[in-house]
Parts: sequence; C-alpha cells; structure tokens
Amino acid sequence: MTLMEILILIILPVLILIFLSLDVLFLTWLERKVIARIQLRYGPNRTGPFGILQPLADALKLIQKEDIIPRDADRTIFNLAPIVSFVAAALPFMFVPFSEYFQLALIDNAIIFLLATSALSAIGILLAAWGSNSKYPLLGGMRAIAQVLSYEIPLVLAILSVIILVGSFSLIDIVKYQEENIWLIFLQPLGFLIFFISGLAEASRVPFDLPESESELVAGFHTEYSGMKFALLLFAEYIHLILISMLMTLLYLGGWDIPGLYYLESVAKSIGYTLGLSEKLSIGLLHFLILIIKVHIVIFLILWITRGTLFRIRVYSLPVLSWKGLIPLAMLNVIITSILAGGLG
Amino acid sequence: MKYKFEGYEIEVRDNELLLNLGPQHPSTHGLCRLVVKLEGEKVKEIIPIIGYLHRGVEKICENRTYLQIIPITDRMDYLSAMNNNFAYVTAVEELLGVKVPERAEYLRVIAAELNRIASHLLFIATFGMDIGSFSAFMYGFRDREMILDLLEEMSGARMLYSYMRIGGVKRDVKKEFFDRCIKVLDKLEERLKDYERFFLENELFINRTKGIGILKPEDAIKLGVTGPNLRASGVKYDIRRVDPYSVYESIDFEVITDSGCDSYARFMVRFKEIKESIKIVRQAIKQIPEGDIMARVPKVIRPPEGEVYSRVESPRGELGVYIYSDGKSDKPYRIKFRVPSFANLSAFPHFNKGLLLADLIVSFASIDIVLGDIDR
Amino acid sequence: MNEEEIVKRLKDRFGDRIEAYVKRKRRIVVKIDRELIIDVSKFLFEELDFKFFSTITAVDFPDRFECIYHVSRHDGIMILLKARIPKNDPKIKSVTSIWPGADWHEREAYDLMGIIFEGHPNLKRIFLPEDFKGHPLRKDFKLQEASWF
Repeated sequence: MTLMEILILIILPVLILIFLSLDVLFLTWLERKVIARIQLRYGPNRTGPFGILQPLADALKLIQKEDIIPRDADRTIFNLAPIVSFVAAALPFMFVPFSEYFQLALIDNAIIFLLATSALSAIGILLAAWGSNSKYPLLGGMRAIAQVLSYEIPLVLAILSVIILVGSFSLIDIVKYQEENIWLIFLQPLGFLIFFISGLAEASRVPFDLPESESELVAGFHTEYSGMKFALLLFAEYIHLILISMLMTLLYLGGWDIPGLYYLESVAKSIGYTLGLSEKLSIGLLHFLILIIKVHIVIFLILWITRGTLFRIRVYSLPVLSWKGLIPLAMLNVIITSILAGGLG
Repeated sequence: MKYKFEGYEIEVRDNELLLNLGPQHPSTHGLCRLVVKLEGEKVKEIIPIIGYLHRGVEKICENRTYLQIIPITDRMDYLSAMNNNFAYVTAVEELLGVKVPERAEYLRVIAAELNRIASHLLFIATFGMDIGSFSAFMYGFRDREMILDLLEEMSGARMLYSYMRIGGVKRDVKKEFFDRCIKVLDKLEERLKDYERFFLENELFINRTKGIGILKPEDAIKLGVTGPNLRASGVKYDIRRVDPYSVYESIDFEVITDSGCDSYARFMVRFKEIKESIKIVRQAIKQIPEGDIMARVPKVIRPPEGEVYSRVESPRGELGVYIYSDGKSDKPYRIKFRVPSFANLSAFPHFNKGLLLADLIVSFASIDIVLGDIDR
Repeated sequence: MNEEEIVKRLKDRFGDRIEAYVKRKRRIVVKIDRELIIDVSKFLFEELDFKFFSTITAVDFPDRFECIYHVSRHDGIMILLKARIPKNDPKIKSVTSIWPGADWHEREAYDLMGIIFEGHPNLKRIFLPEDFKGHPLRKDFKLQEASWF
C-alpha cells in the first residue's frame, strides 16, 4: 500500500465526517425554518441572510457552555454515552455508497453491516439514560429500548424484500437495478410504507419521538447533558435522520437515478474534462449532488408531514403497531416478493 | 424506602419510582407539583401539591375597598378575568340591591363569552402541545389573538381587564365594534373547521385521548367537579341555566354535554362550547338595547350588613363569590372565592390511577386548570 | 320541590334546633350548631338531593367561628348551611364521608382559619408550608407592615 492510498484512507472518512457535520448544521436550520413556517412563525432570521448562520451561533454557544456532570451520575458511562451515540450514528456511513464509484468500505454485503452498526445507537441512548442516574432519562431510556425492539424487525424485513427482488446485498447494485428497471417504490409500495414508518421510529422523529417527548419526560435521555456532550447527542440524532433518508432514497427512490441521467452524465463528463477531472470523479460528483438533493427533499417531506402536522403516538402503542401490524405485513411482503421474483427469474 | 415531603410520608418499594412532576415541568400549566409513584410507567399514586402561587387574595381583599377588589379578581384566573369580574360585581350588586342597566348586562355577557372563547382556544392550544404538536399551540394562540383584540377594544387591556364595575361596566363600545365582532366570529367559525380536521379527524389524536382518564358522572358530582369537565361526564349542569344570572335567561343556547367521560369528551365539550359561545355573542349583539351603562351607585360603597353567595359559570366551572359585610365599613368583612380549578384538581388523583405516565399528562391537560386560580 | 318545601321538610325533621329561611330565589340559609352537622348534611344529601358541594367558607366573627357549607341541588337551589363553632374550641365533624369533594375545602379552611375537622382523612396545610405559624384569615393574625425602600 502506497503512502497515497493510506492518505486517501484517512482523508475520505474525514471528508465524510465534515460533510455530515455541515449537513447537520444545515438541517437544524432547515428544520427550524420549515417548522416555523408551518407554525406561522418566522424562525431564525437575525443571523445572516434568512438566519442561515444561526446553527453556527448555536454551535458556538454549546462549545462555550459549562460541562455539567450531575453529582450522582456514573461518570464513566455518562461521558462515554455521547461518544458511543455519535460513533454508532456515523459508522453506517462507511457502507453507504455516495455514488456509483464511491463507497468507503466496498464490501459485498454492505447492507448487513450498515444495519448492524446503526442498531448500535440504541446502546448509546441506554448508556446516556443509565449514566445520568436520573429519573426522566431512565424512563426515556426504557422507552427507547422498547422502541428498538419494535422497529428494527419490520425495517429489516422491508429491506429483505428489496434484497430478494434485486438479488444483491450491495446498495450500488440495488441502485443500478433501479437505473435499469424502475424505481423500487413502484415495485415495493408496501415495503416503502413499512420502511418509512419504522425509519421514522429509528430516527425517533414525531410521531415516534417517545424517548424524548418533552411534555412528560422533559427531554428524555439527554435531560442531564449540557454543552458539547449535548451537542454530540443532538448530532447523532440528526445524522440518524440523514442516514434513514439516504437509505430511503437509495433503496426505494432510485438513489442518484433521475430521468435524463445519461444526458446529465455526459454534460458532467465534458465539464469535468475541461476542469481536468477524471471521468469517474466527475460522474461521481454528479451522482453525489443528485443523491444529496434527493435526500434533502425526503428530509423536508419528513419534517413537513410528521413534525408539522402530527401528534405524538401513544406510549407503547408502537410495539403494538409493530408486532401486530408492521411485522405481519412485512412478512407478507417478503412472501409476495419471493413468489414474484421466483416467477420472474 | 420511606420518603417524606410536605407532611406526606410515602412508602416506595424497590420496583417503584417516585417522580416529581413539577413545580417546574413543561406540562403542569403553571406551578403545580404532582408527586407520582410509578411502577414501570404505570401510575400508582398521585399527590398534587399546590400553594406555590398563593398570594392570600382573600386576606388582601379584607383590607381593600369594594372597588379596589376588582383588579385583584382579575389576577386569580388570569385566563378568564372577565368571568372573575362578573362573579364579583354581581355579588356586590346583590348585596347593595342595585339594578344594573340592561345595556351594561349585555355588554357584560358579550365580554364574558368572548373571554370564554379565548380561554377555550388556549385550552385547545395547550392540549395540542401536551400531546406533542407544537403547531396546534401556535394555531390556538393565533385565533385567541383575534378575540384578545376585541376585548382590548372593549376594556383597554388584553388580559387583566377590570372591565366591569359595581353597577355597570367601565365604558361603552362604539357601534362599529359589533360589526368587527361579527366579522371575527365569522372568521373564527371557519377556523374551527380547520381545528376539526386537525384534531377530531386525526387518528393519532383519537388514539391518544379516547378512554383516557375516565370520570364517571356519579364520581364527578361527588368530587365536586364542575364546568366542562362535569358536562363531559354527561351531567347537564351549567350555572348559566340552573342558577341564571345577568341576562342569560333571555338568551337561547344549548348546554353541551357528552357521555364519553374521557379526555376526548372533555376536549369535545370545550370545542362545542366555543360554537355555543359564538351563538350567544351573536344573539347578544342582536338584542342589545341603547341606554346607560352605569347604574346610580354611591361613590363610597358601604353595603348594609348581610351576606351573599353569587356564582357564575366560568370557562372552568362554577365560580362563586361569598361576601359578608358587617355594614359598618367600606371593606368586606370576609370574602371567599369558590374557584372551579381547585375542586377540579382535588378530584384529579381519584380517577387517574393506573394510567401510563404519558396518558396522565393528557388527562391532566384535559381538566384545564389554572394555577393562579387554585392558589389565589 | 321548591324553596319553601325544602325549608318545611328541614323544620319538620329537626324542629327548633335549626333555623331555616329562604333568602331569595334559589338561596336558603340554614343555621345550626356544630353538633348537628353530620345529621343535617346526611339529610340534605340523601333525602333532599343536595349532591353538589361547592365550598366551605369559614368566617371569624368576634364571638364565634362559622363554617358555611355551600351545597346545591341539580336545579340550582343552594343552601348556605351555617354551623356555629365556639372560639375556644374550633372543632367540627368532617363531612368528607358524605361529600368527598369537601376534602380539599376542609383542608383549606384548616390551613387558613385553623378549624379542625374531626375525622378528615388527611388534614394538612394545603397552601402554606408545613412549618407556617398561625392561620392568616383569622382577624387576630398580625399582618406584616408594608415596607418601602
């Protein structure tokens, strides 16, 4: 391995982390702005044009803040929890393809690793809840675990039918399949619905934000956190939202595929040629751009449909919904898909 | 393990958890402290602790002249100050034997009903927030704003009105006021349709509120619950009808009841009462005569010896004022406010054991208490 | 049943031990001694249908305490049931067994006026802190002078 390759191995993850951080900052602004407009408010509008610099101000504030550790807290666990949450949230991006030619850990069964690493975030929540040694976080942690038990299975089953249909564990293959045929949302409408619902639960967004429902648990598992640790927990949550939207885009909404992609690719190639970029790099950047735009459209829809208009679901009715509704439906979906895939094959 | 607080002593076993909801908590609507004993998330015991806002209104009133008491009544139930004024001035007028001009009575009814609408809209807003929708909160406040503008035009204040005087009201309204009032009510009726779509047709909302906090009618009566909470248990009891005051006898309206007995029913009753109040205001505007707005009342009010208990239907229930005057001074010898939220909160622990914590919050929001009212 | 009939029923039952009259439409005043409170309350609740308990007002007169129980019927007729309590022994039987809604109202009267309700399940201060001295609504309670800067 040359020095260059090692450098790339270090630089690329850092680049992804920087991208994620900037995107989280952007998302906090976007969320506040979108929700504010739905709720007849202005949202942030003092810092910079349209308040776009508000996240930076927030970040600055959080960095400056005193780091308070409750006297009775379990210090090791309390300090560890935000790191675990953040790592668990950021790790899955190793297995996410950002374009046809770029995936950090290019392995065949990427989806399995992706799901396994993303499920780790529940441990971060549990650690935060337990380490705080406080009652509201504890209740929030209990709810979070109950939630994990219910949404993971339908989520995986929904992805399973996609895998059966495409016949590959690789997300790149799945997107390629969609490029060649049709977006999977049209082939798997039921699966998409199941994925959407469990994905909301995974990102713990309204209506499934039970672990941190502020009307009864104050702030759930991050009640006791302040300063940068709080910021890390918040980061982890938003990264989760990005991950779920990205998965949704890749699995069901065609990834970087849009009508007229070939035309755009040729344009990108020619632009890249004039700039002296390689063919793969220019197409890769184009794919990345399309993907990111699509992901943000999905996030916007999530904010609009759920946070703006829905109430929080009743506590512990997510397990009921999941075990009685989503899992049987997801199984049915798997069976139908297998029969159809077998028939087609 | 035994815990001691505020004179209570409570036994908590290993699988149980003693949780302090409040005094500072997002959904206790003021400064109320609920000490709940939980097993998992199931509520096994509820102990409300109040008094964080106690200002000793009754003692203050004993050292104030009758006129000076009016602004103090505003500050009890600050969300329905008009109704507090109303209860107090009707009590003093009965004590004095003053006949209030009819125009003043109609103005009072209009003010009180507008205030009721504003109060119920605020209930809808905070209820929405407590079940997780901040949008509902903002919408409720937007529409309350229109009503507050009307009340401001009437009285000059937006929350603590002090609009009513012993023997009448502070000032008359202009003719155009009624047109503006009708316009606002028309708009509000349209907005209520939006609320219907937002709340009542929302599966999640029904799921959150149906069957939560069931208060049986016989229990409700026994525990002294009044107002919309009682009517949501199916008991047709409204002071405006059973013990009519002012000009309510000549106004045609319906007493809203619901047989659901749960949080959903309590929401529904308040929602429909907004419509009923709109109806009342429209009628009052149609019927209001020209004339004086103040009766002839002496400058220094010194009622003869006697006592009176006068009550009105405030947005939260029966609001009663008992006054005893010794006939010698211009200050009441004893004044007592019977406030609805106090009795409603006292009933709360009795019908909510066994709920989950999140449902407890819904039930707590649905009884719509104001802590300034409870603590006085 | 109108106001006069209620007064008549009460007088038939308790004779001259009580004083009852109609004050105005829908308001009846009944005056009793404290010993009778349970009997009269039971009679009102069970036979005359006074189910709605509004509140208790405790008044500090120069020569006596008075507890005024405000109870009403479904048709709006309200009784002001006044029980006289001697100054040197401010005790009266609790009516929580008849009207459970009286619970907090009795605690309030205890807290602010110092009247002890015998048989109340949980007679504690309700507004004021546990260690507060005195009962502020009594006429002999010394108010702090307003102090200005």
